[in-house]
Amino acid sequence: MAESVKDRVIAIIAEQAVLEPSDVKMDSTLETLGIDSLGLVESIFAIEESFDVTVPFNANEPDKSDFDISSVAAIIAAVEGLVQARKG
Amino acid sequence: MARVVITGAGTINALAHDVAGTLEAFREGRCGIGPLELRDVERLSIRIGGQVRDWDPEAHFNRQQIVLCDRFTQFTLLAAREAITQSGLDFDGKLGYEAGVVLGTAGGGLTTSDENYRAVYEEGKNRVHPLVVPKLMNNAAASHVSMAFNLKGPSFTVATACASSNHAMGQAYMMIRSGMTKVMVTGGSESMLCFGGIKAWEGLRVMSRDACRPFSANRNGMVQGEGAGIFVFEEYEHARARGAEILAEVAGFAMTSDAGDIVMPSMQGAARAISGALRDARLNGEEVGYINAHGTGTAANDKTECAAVADVFGHHADKLMMSSTKSMHGHLIGGTGAVELLACIMALREGVIAPTIGYEEFDPECALDVVPNEARDAKVDVVLSNAFAFGGMNAVLALRRV
Repeated sequence: MAESVKDRVIAIIAEQAVLEPSDVKMDSTLETLGIDSLGLVESIFAIEESFDVTVPFNANEPDKSDFDISSVAAIIAAVEGLVQARKG
Repeated sequence: MARVVITGAGTINALAHDVAGTLEAFREGRCGIGPLELRDVERLSIRIGGQVRDWDPEAHFNRQQIVLCDRFTQFTLLAAREAITQSGLDFDGKLGYEAGVVLGTAGGGLTTSDENYRAVYEEGKNRVHPLVVPKLMNNAAASHVSMAFNLKGPSFTVATACASSNHAMGQAYMMIRSGMTKVMVTGGSESMLCFGGIKAWEGLRVMSRDACRPFSANRNGMVQGEGAGIFVFEEYEHARARGAEILAEVAGFAMTSDAGDIVMPSMQGAARAISGALRDARLNGEEVGYINAHGTGTAANDKTECAAVADVFGHHADKLMMSSTKSMHGHLIGGTGAVELLACIMALREGVIAPTIGYEEFDPECALDVVPNEARDAKVDVVLSNAFAFGGMNAVLALRRV
């Protein structure tokens, strides 16, 4: 199941970055992938729709959000956390 | 070219239902932002706003008017009444042909759209009220003002998101200056505080859940407001000949386009609009005492705006005052520049600078005198009003004491 969260998040990010999923590495950052602030909120929306979760993220204070976007690995871990929490 | 002066002002917003009450709130640094009261608010993640309280349309309009007028039009008519009454002008005769109305709004009759979409999509109704179209159209407010006051000259509506009313007032200014008209009713209005209006903004993730704190290091986004600000712009000689009370002179105006990003502001675009307004008004930067900032309380706007002001004014940027009254009335989107112009007029006429309330923490990226938390007495001769919209469209007005 964890594998599938990872694959789906990578697919979402790859689509935003206009890259092949295989080009999205775990240590890639949004910056290195060329995803800007609009691409980020679109990615978050896609994650929310795909996993039926609510992502706590305010673009004005990205560092204070509980949702870590510092790397692809961090985003995947955050989404896994939200999916777990939803299942309770 | 003709000179242009302001001879009437009117408003309704979260702080008050008139100009006197709004200026009193500015002087007191009062906050009009609070919990939203609207249908389905429990399904929103953003639940605060600068909502107009105790609004009773029936106290101001008859049944037929209420049927025809969306909330944004009702606000506009009330504020226009106040402004035109103050001006003392009567448009029933020849003047009606030399007077028009140019207003700004971003969403127009959004509440009407929201309610009727709900009726057909959610409630499954197959019929809506026959007057939905004339009620929701963006130019409805300008049209109703023209009808109510017999304004038969150039009239239209400007939509440039958060800069709409500054762009509208700029058009009004240029029309009188060029000799096209003698008088223009101008300003703007917005009523976006409905479920769909806020839901759309939530998606951008730029809204604050607790407060609007422009320029403060701990700011976390914008807060929406609603209402209207309406002014009477008049050719100077016309106003003087009839002995009208002049509130301020509109000295200059400039607009620029970033031609860059659809949401991220540009320092250069903002700076070009500010310096363009100074040039248009033939002013030196040192003459500017106060700037009413766009100051939305987002991370991006406030630091970009401060950088633009520093770029244009150099050392003088450290001497002038710049505040954001959005901290009190919220962001009225297409109507915001109009309500904020009241703070500019107050600075010129009363020598009182409206504060930026909610200011808690110094931000080195916004290191200007933002008049934190308390109004200040200061004599100023020239003021600017900034508006920088999504879509990269910027409009800055310069006002001068007469």
